[in-house]
Amino acid sequence: MATTLDVNGKAVTVEAGPETPLLWVLRDELGLTGTKFGCGMAQCGACTVHVNGDPVRACVTPLAALQGAKVSTIEGLGGNHVLQQAWVRHDVPQCGYCQSGQIMSAAALLAQNKSPSDEDIDNAMSGNICRCGTYQRIRAAIKDAAGQASAPVVAAPTAKAVVANDTDEDIAAATGATGRGAGQ
Amino acid sequence: MNAPFGKFGRDEGPSRRDVVVVGAALVGGSLLVGCSPADLMSAGSKVEVGAFGPFIRFDPDGAVTVLSKHIEFGQGNHAGLAAIVAEELDADWTRVKVVHAPANAKLYGNGALGAQLTGGSSAISNSWDQLRKAGAGAREMFVQAASSKWSVAPSEVTVKDSVVSHPGGKSATFGELLADAAKITPPADPKLKDPKTFTLIGTDRVRRKDSQAKSDGTARYTQDVRLPDMLVAVVAHPPRFGAKVKSFDATEAKKVAGVVDVFEIPTGVAVTAATTYAARMGREALKVEWDEGAVETRSSATIAQQWRDIADGKGPSDLKWEAFDSKGDAAAASAGKDAFETTYDFPYLAHATMEPMNCVAVVDGNHCKLIHGSQGQTLDQLAAAKIVGTLPGSVEIETLFAGGSFGRRANFQSDYVAECVHVAKKVGGGRPVKLVWTREDDMRAGYYRPLTHHAVRVTLDKDGYPATWRHRIVTQSIMKGSPMPSKGPDQTAIEGTAGSPYLKATPVVDAQLALPEAGVPVLWWRSVGATHTAFVMEHTIDQLARKAGKDPVEYRRALYAKAGAQRHLAALNLAVEKAGPTAAAGFTRGVAVHESFGSVVAQVAEVKLVDGAPRVGRVVTAIDCGVAVSPDQVAAQMEGGTCYGLSGVLYGEVTLTDGTVDQSNFDTYRVLRMNEAPTVETYVVPSGNAPSGVGEPGTPVIGPAVANALLALSGTATTRLPFVRSTS
Repeated sequence: MATTLDVNGKAVTVEAGPETPLLWVLRDELGLTGTKFGCGMAQCGACTVHVNGDPVRACVTPLAALQGAKVSTIEGLGGNHVLQQAWVRHDVPQCGYCQSGQIMSAAALLAQNKSPSDEDIDNAMSGNICRCGTYQRIRAAIKDAAGQASAPVVAAPTAKAVVANDTDEDIAAATGATGRGAGQ
Repeated sequence: MNAPFGKFGRDEGPSRRDVVVVGAALVGGSLLVGCSPADLMSAGSKVEVGAFGPFIRFDPDGAVTVLSKHIEFGQGNHAGLAAIVAEELDADWTRVKVVHAPANAKLYGNGALGAQLTGGSSAISNSWDQLRKAGAGAREMFVQAASSKWSVAPSEVTVKDSVVSHPGGKSATFGELLADAAKITPPADPKLKDPKTFTLIGTDRVRRKDSQAKSDGTARYTQDVRLPDMLVAVVAHPPRFGAKVKSFDATEAKKVAGVVDVFEIPTGVAVTAATTYAARMGREALKVEWDEGAVETRSSATIAQQWRDIADGKGPSDLKWEAFDSKGDAAAASAGKDAFETTYDFPYLAHATMEPMNCVAVVDGNHCKLIHGSQGQTLDQLAAAKIVGTLPGSVEIETLFAGGSFGRRANFQSDYVAECVHVAKKVGGGRPVKLVWTREDDMRAGYYRPLTHHAVRVTLDKDGYPATWRHRIVTQSIMKGSPMPSKGPDQTAIEGTAGSPYLKATPVVDAQLALPEAGVPVLWWRSVGATHTAFVMEHTIDQLARKAGKDPVEYRRALYAKAGAQRHLAALNLAVEKAGPTAAAGFTRGVAVHESFGSVVAQVAEVKLVDGAPRVGRVVTAIDCGVAVSPDQVAAQMEGGTCYGLSGVLYGEVTLTDGTVDQSNFDTYRVLRMNEAPTVETYVVPSGNAPSGVGEPGTPVIGPAVANALLALSGTATTRLPFVRSTS
């Protein structure tokens, strides 16, 4: 059966069963592999895309529900979106696998709320799991993108040298002691 | 690991013998016996080394590509490895790229482990000298080339940001000198920089190279591999560990549109299809009967009780106890009045990486190519070579980014890789096969952090410090049956208790390990033994301090002084200093300190109870990891490691009912989410030591820090994890 929908601004016609989840249409039929498979039951958010502007989990969204719908994926953000720039500035990703979904959830949040509070961010982002634990930087990057953040890396005052064993003071002086994370 | 497990293929004892046996089996006789293990593991390899050695390539325009022998699965090693090269090479950091090296144990073996394997938080530490020399050597080649071309003394030639210069006014880029430099013989012993002159290492310029690709969807993972004519395979796995296929009925499965074939492989029944969805639907329509003659039928609660009985001296008589760190009169450790006694129970834990296990294999006759997030290339080569009947080095591997691993992607059976190769062998003809595990396949496949029990009995001296310490650990062996055995007791089971400064500070120690068996596959889980030993040692210390009527921080300081544990003391002092005098309103503090993978991490965690469950706010972290090549990525690993550890201690628990795993997805295996995430501040203890581990040492400390905060808050100790249980 043919379903026609708009994906990232282009009309596409897909020949797949009506029960086929959007996730597999995007990945296997259209080759848009930026949207990830994580759980298959809307538990992890790795497959988050926008359907008519709303964040949805593509893994549980059947093609049948999408006739004529406007679908946006991570590829549709263009790579230079204000959130993507913030993600790079903060070096948010670690393994990176969840980040497409994180960014799509964050983009939906910012589209509706230009100045989200911590609670707003929690509410919008708690459906997206990151096993690497990049949550702190995600929060900082969202705030940065919303124009509310401090610099991506905030160095705390230099720690004084507190260790003497085997220390080559020259290298210590060269590499220094740094503190970061506070105020992010 | 504090004492790394045996080096793969080391020239002694059982390691070499095991590897040779593997090799001999591969080639059907004694053909390769007598080769060095590295030769054996890379036999048949066609990997070629360029003019600048195995780690550095140059584009014609002089842009630098660093070949990383280690997989990048989140821990930021690619940034650090590239920075080590760029520093010594004096390359323009903005024009340095990193790619995964091909598989070849001889060229790309882990210096700490022998095999090409990323683990033990060793990527930076085992590459430190090697890549400094690689970068310095290439730099000397450019200097030589310029010196000859310009007829000037090499000592007068300088290099900065990929430009080679002479004070007389000559200058040329790496690209302009490339052809000449490539003809120079690489120096055997290039001069390394004085660390005082480092301009890149240790600075905030050392940032990730993959953030853009990982923010715009273009980073390529195994799940994303698409090749012409590729089949997707999904495998029906048995519900209990150890079961085999008895029979199956593929009639309905083959009717599913897109399904190509259904056949048996050693681990189950494979369904191949044109698309992932078709393969999954095919599996749902499949009927399989299992032979459960040799399955594990125990419940995890039964296993836990058996481990407790063993620690209590009621185990089977033939179970061996192995002593470690013991000294003095063992009987005294079981005697003595007014002892502090407690036990701890730790559950099985799943790694639960965001990208479920998967692999792409292409088999054509006895040629095999793998494309996947390979954490242990040598192990994967050995497993694949055995299946297709070839030399291990001839198995090509294209290593991709992996969506997390935390240890899961490297094991001695190469479980998911071997499964994929079996499918691809059956498909044959060089047709690519992508094996896709669903979340449920991944969570129920085992290779868990072992279910573990500790029993501790400590008596205090008149000043309140440990006089005798009796310690029993009961767990499954991770290293059993591996070609990388440790000497003496399995270090992965005891590291962290073994070597603890608290045991060093105690005059009489009776510490022993028992390794009973279970049919549940177990594996290293980020920070390995420290996932339980750090909790036991650090939570016990707070309870002993309480018994002695002493402040837990002062108590630790006194014990570190007794043990000569200066690095522990320094990390603790730095964390306490940076935490400041008081916790945020409503929060209670807990402290923990632990050494793992050569690094010492101290944390001050602020905790409160929300609806009866711990909620962690600010976590002040101090780490001594030697030279911090990338301070920002050290911080990232402290943030991430803390979240991973916190997720495990708060919610992590895999349970079995009559041998069947109860959890299957994130609805039943709860993990940490955004609204529960702490704010981690990281401070690096200044050090001139060579770099030590960063990826794992941040993980094991948060658990005991939280338990110690709860102890301070309520007076109640934690003897069983996780803190928040969904099952009883």
